[in-house]
Amino acid sequence: MYNKAETETHGKLFSLVMWFVLIPVRIYRSKILRKLLKNPISVAGFALVIFFAVIAILAPVLAPPARPSRPYQIPRSGYSAIPKPPSPEHPFGTTEGQYDIYYGIIWGTRTAFYVGLVVVGAAAGIGIIIGSFSAYYGGLIDEIVMRITDIFMSFPFLVAAMVLTTILGKGLDKVIVALIVFGWMSYARVIRSEILSIRELAYVESARAIGANDARIVLRHVLPNAIYPILVQASMDIGSMVLTAAALSFLGVGAEPGYADWGQMISFARNWILGGQGNPLQYWYTVIYPGAAILFFCLGWNLLGDALRDVLDPRMRGRKA
Amino acid sequence: MIAYIIRRLFLLPIVLIGLSLLIFGMMQLLSPYDRLSTYVRDPAQLKQGPEVLKQLMDKYGLNDPIWVQYGRWLNNVIHGNLGYSESANMEVTKAIMRFLPATAQLALFAAIPVVFGGIWLGMVSAVHHNGLIDHTTRIMALTGWSLPTFVMGLLLLMIFYGWLGWFPSGELSNWAARIVDSPQFVRYTGMNAIDAILNGNLAVLGDTLRHLILPVFTLAYVQWALLLRVMRSSMLETLRQDYITTARAKGVAERVVIKKHARANALLPVITIAGVMVAGLLRGVVITETIFNYHGLGLFAVQAAQQLDFSAIIGFALFTGMLMILTNLIVDLLYAYIDPRVKLG
Repeated sequence: MYNKAETETHGKLFSLVMWFVLIPVRIYRSKILRKLLKNPISVAGFALVIFFAVIAILAPVLAPPARPSRPYQIPRSGYSAIPKPPSPEHPFGTTEGQYDIYYGIIWGTRTAFYVGLVVVGAAAGIGIIIGSFSAYYGGLIDEIVMRITDIFMSFPFLVAAMVLTTILGKGLDKVIVALIVFGWMSYARVIRSEILSIRELAYVESARAIGANDARIVLRHVLPNAIYPILVQASMDIGSMVLTAAALSFLGVGAEPGYADWGQMISFARNWILGGQGNPLQYWYTVIYPGAAILFFCLGWNLLGDALRDVLDPRMRGRKA
Repeated sequence: MIAYIIRRLFLLPIVLIGLSLLIFGMMQLLSPYDRLSTYVRDPAQLKQGPEVLKQLMDKYGLNDPIWVQYGRWLNNVIHGNLGYSESANMEVTKAIMRFLPATAQLALFAAIPVVFGGIWLGMVSAVHHNGLIDHTTRIMALTGWSLPTFVMGLLLLMIFYGWLGWFPSGELSNWAARIVDSPQFVRYTGMNAIDAILNGNLAVLGDTLRHLILPVFTLAYVQWALLLRVMRSSMLETLRQDYITTARAKGVAERVVIKKHARANALLPVITIAGVMVAGLLRGVVITETIFNYHGLGLFAVQAAQQLDFSAIIGFALFTGMLMILTNLIVDLLYAYIDPRVKLG
């Protein structure tokens, strides 16, 4: 004799595990990777992202920290406010407060990946749970959840994140929390509408007909098929979340002073855009290097997301692009 | 139709109450003393010992339970009082009314190149799909998207203000500000450029435009990317439709096919995006206004957030929430009016 309840929980666990297996397998089988590698734009995107990933991994080699216990603290050579131009000792120069720009950019790459991946991962996770919950139960619960989503969306993102960060205090972890709290809504909406349309499809009906329970249908049949728009959204979002985190640092509510963070380096540059007498572009290096780092990091993710959308868009699939 | 509008407008109080509760909830993360410090303007007051602190706490009612505080706030709002903004040093309603025209002016000037340029370029890219123009606009759009507004703004200031000295930051030069503030200058709209035209003062108009060019360019460069992409994919989609093939088959000139048959239909989804985008510009363009020291709603919101000016934050959130719901409704109505296939339900 077997215990029915037990097999059901096993079934649910199995579905959950399968979910993590199924999605990569589906992505592999759908030849998306192969298509992406044929597209020059996505190859450029891949190249940029991999380039930054290598920098992030090799950070201790490229810029050995002076104090290994606190590698994210940018070393400063003196306390003078005036930036110093690139020199053999400081290849990209130093910014306001004598923080080394090169060091800040190298270790800032890790910060950027950390912020982007954690924020998007958590926001997408929360969004998927809330969105599927809402679509699954429908009716009044759906209505309430969607109105809550509306409320979060009607607060301008940057201002909302800024208010919450100010309340929570200084520090990168606070920025991340604030970005997650106000970043999950688009995922919830996307997954909800995907589920609502997918669950009307014939294969879901046939799964129901052979007696699959709701959890199994959602986890094994609906979510894996609804995941593509989420992937596109997530790829585009990594860039924009890093931008927003940088903007918060720029506005002075982000990382602690001296923390390796691109946005903060640009906020240091803000006082030096005018240059000196007779040499108006004197302090160009304070803006250009961190600005280029942010630009290319976001460009990489955006190119990837853009190509992904073209490849995944069902209306574009199977057509000669 | 009217029933639909009424049903949509029911959303308004729900979202506004939800927003205010959300912000109230966030403020509860602070201790009452922290919150007190956001109300008190003279730091010396906080150093006068526990009795004075207690008095101040009672004065602002910070020790009351949260629902009492919320009820008191709601009661004030119903009587048209959004409170006093410490960061802007004036009533919140007054501050919004004062900063809105500046932002509206910026939004107006940015929207024109963004909407028309974005639509035109999107159309051209779709017609020359995978051609040189398509790839160029695609790269430009994605660069615009990836380039942080603050980097763009700083670079523009460095080049055009610091180096070339062509365009200053701020809103008006001192001499022009004196004219605008003088009693002879009638403020019809509060937007400097339009008021200058209405007053027939070309010098002020010129000065306003000189100050507007950099922020408008910054905004436009970042924003037109989105519109271009939507227009491009919508146009590509339309060009594949059967009626386009029919038109071509019966010998309609390609120019006419594109401009008359395809463009009109491809514009439909663009209208929604453009409407939402212009509303987004009106909600205050935080970074651009901060960099160019342009006193609009965005800068007001930034200063309020930095100083945790509670009344101003809530006032700003309510205003933008209302704006968003109303513009979404207007865009949907417009859409249904233009596209007869859409049924409002």
